[in-house]
Amino acid sequence: MQINHEFLKVEGLSKTYVPGSAPVFENVNFDIAQGEFVCIIGHSGCGKTTILNVLAGLEEASSGYAYMLGREIKGPSLERGVVFQGHALMPWMTVLQNINFAVKSKFADWPKAKIEEHSEKYLDLVGLSAAKHKRPAELSGGMKQRVGIARAFAIEPKMLLLDEPFGALDALTRGVIQDELLKICSSTKQTVFMITHDVDEAILLSDKIMLMSNGPNARIAEIVENTLPKNRERATMHHDPMYYPMRNHLVDFLVHRSKLVQQAASSGSPVSNVTDITQRLKPKLVRPGKDHPLSNPSIQIN
Amino acid sequence: MDKVSIKIKGAVLSIIIFFMMLSVWHLATMPKSGTGKSEATVIANPTSSQSEYDLLMGKGSKDVPAEMKSGFPTLSQMGETFYKQLSDPFYDKGPNDKGIGIQLAYSLGRVSLGFLLALLVALPVGFLIGMSPLLSAAFNPFIQILKPISPLAWMPIALYTIKDSSISGVFVIFICSIWPMLINTAFGVASVRKELLNVAKTLEVSPLRKAFKVILPAAAPTILTGMRISMGIAWLVIVAAEMLVGGTGIGYFLWNEWNNLAISSVIFAIVVIGFVGMLLDMFFAKLQKMVTYAD
Repeated sequence: MQINHEFLKVEGLSKTYVPGSAPVFENVNFDIAQGEFVCIIGHSGCGKTTILNVLAGLEEASSGYAYMLGREIKGPSLERGVVFQGHALMPWMTVLQNINFAVKSKFADWPKAKIEEHSEKYLDLVGLSAAKHKRPAELSGGMKQRVGIARAFAIEPKMLLLDEPFGALDALTRGVIQDELLKICSSTKQTVFMITHDVDEAILLSDKIMLMSNGPNARIAEIVENTLPKNRERATMHHDPMYYPMRNHLVDFLVHRSKLVQQAASSGSPVSNVTDITQRLKPKLVRPGKDHPLSNPSIQIN
Repeated sequence: MDKVSIKIKGAVLSIIIFFMMLSVWHLATMPKSGTGKSEATVIANPTSSQSEYDLLMGKGSKDVPAEMKSGFPTLSQMGETFYKQLSDPFYDKGPNDKGIGIQLAYSLGRVSLGFLLALLVALPVGFLIGMSPLLSAAFNPFIQILKPISPLAWMPIALYTIKDSSISGVFVIFICSIWPMLINTAFGVASVRKELLNVAKTLEVSPLRKAFKVILPAAAPTILTGMRISMGIAWLVIVAAEMLVGGTGIGYFLWNEWNNLAISSVIFAIVVIGFVGMLLDMFFAKLQKMVTYAD
């Protein structure tokens, strides 16, 4: 597989909010190839949103760098579209106007008709053409989030950053939009970085899942390659033989190992069962169900 | 259905209350039959010097008893005043005798001029204060000290420096209507949801476009509330200011009629001030509704 590892590169990222106290996360290193869908999972307070904000250019890291296509990320850019946790639509604008606003920001010299046509194309993609003249307050939570997604796609960014976009939605709506997102992303080969709390969502959508240990002193403990076949579907994916090894691995991490990694990191013990000195810098790559010894790590409490 | 019936019931009740107030007024100002008659008989047979004096004072020749004229006006006298004033609102018979329409136009002109000037200052300054915590901290003590000063307290300084009573009136309106607009603009701008600003940031929206397309619409309801409060205060203050400086305007009209002891005209002016104030408030309420959005 020919992949460009230099598409997005994060090196030694750390963030300390209160000077002198322990960093929320540190030594975060990873890279994302073009066209990859990467999810990041971790407990609240491990700094996932901060990492996303750094990639978006909305926040600055205390140390470390993030590069996209070889250039350091130093501020917000139209090359990276963001879908916010709350939908963040302008409440005084209609759905179409919201998307027009974004499109006009990217393609400032386009005539009005072209902007509108472009916006409607993306509204159609998320199935909201009928609601284009409604205001956000008249839409359901799921519809608002879809508008947010359409707005992010409409500026045709090189990379899409999604901050727990479906967190506030009910399971049914979430499933429908996940399917839509999967469809759009696979057809556009969009590179995506997404925060989620939902293990199944991560398995369904992503190529790679980054697991973060608990904060403070959080880090990326493992990078899990999704071993399920590419053409997975929400309805049938749990019958795949790889599904349970994958799911168990992720859940085990969240329940047990996320804490152990943190303890090992903050106690400063150089060697532990979970991390050794080399993995402090580079998280190990795990392929549940395939690399047998790694897929079922012995869970050791104490 | 229920809402409509409550509205109708309310309107009916308002009319009933209105007529009750009128009848109280009528009963209170009715010529007293007992003592009134005896006084009337006294006046009916005046001495020659007395009747000459009365004539000189413009009284006595009419059939209305003299004490009724200087007393509180009856409803019919009020009706007469309303009719006379409203049938010819724009007459101009010299500096002390202008129609109510002309006087109102002077007052409204001063109010709108002072208000607009205040708006021109308050909007940009409020924007800056709202955007910058530093400027907010720097300006805050001045605003807090200047805000509670009665606008009329500025009048001597205005008269001394500007040397024109009419422009001084405008200045007083300016100084009283600037504070609510300034404070509300700053507050509205400062409390624009961070999410929306982040959207603008990630879309690389230029500062000017951000100000007009994101911050202004987001803060517009709060700004309009400030404008509505300012207009209310300005309309309160203009009457007092015009009483003080004289010349023209509804406040001057009211004070002039008091000097004439024309109580019915004073009451007429009060009612007109109330109505115009209500219309101004309704206008801003409508504007406010136009820019308010459901979140």
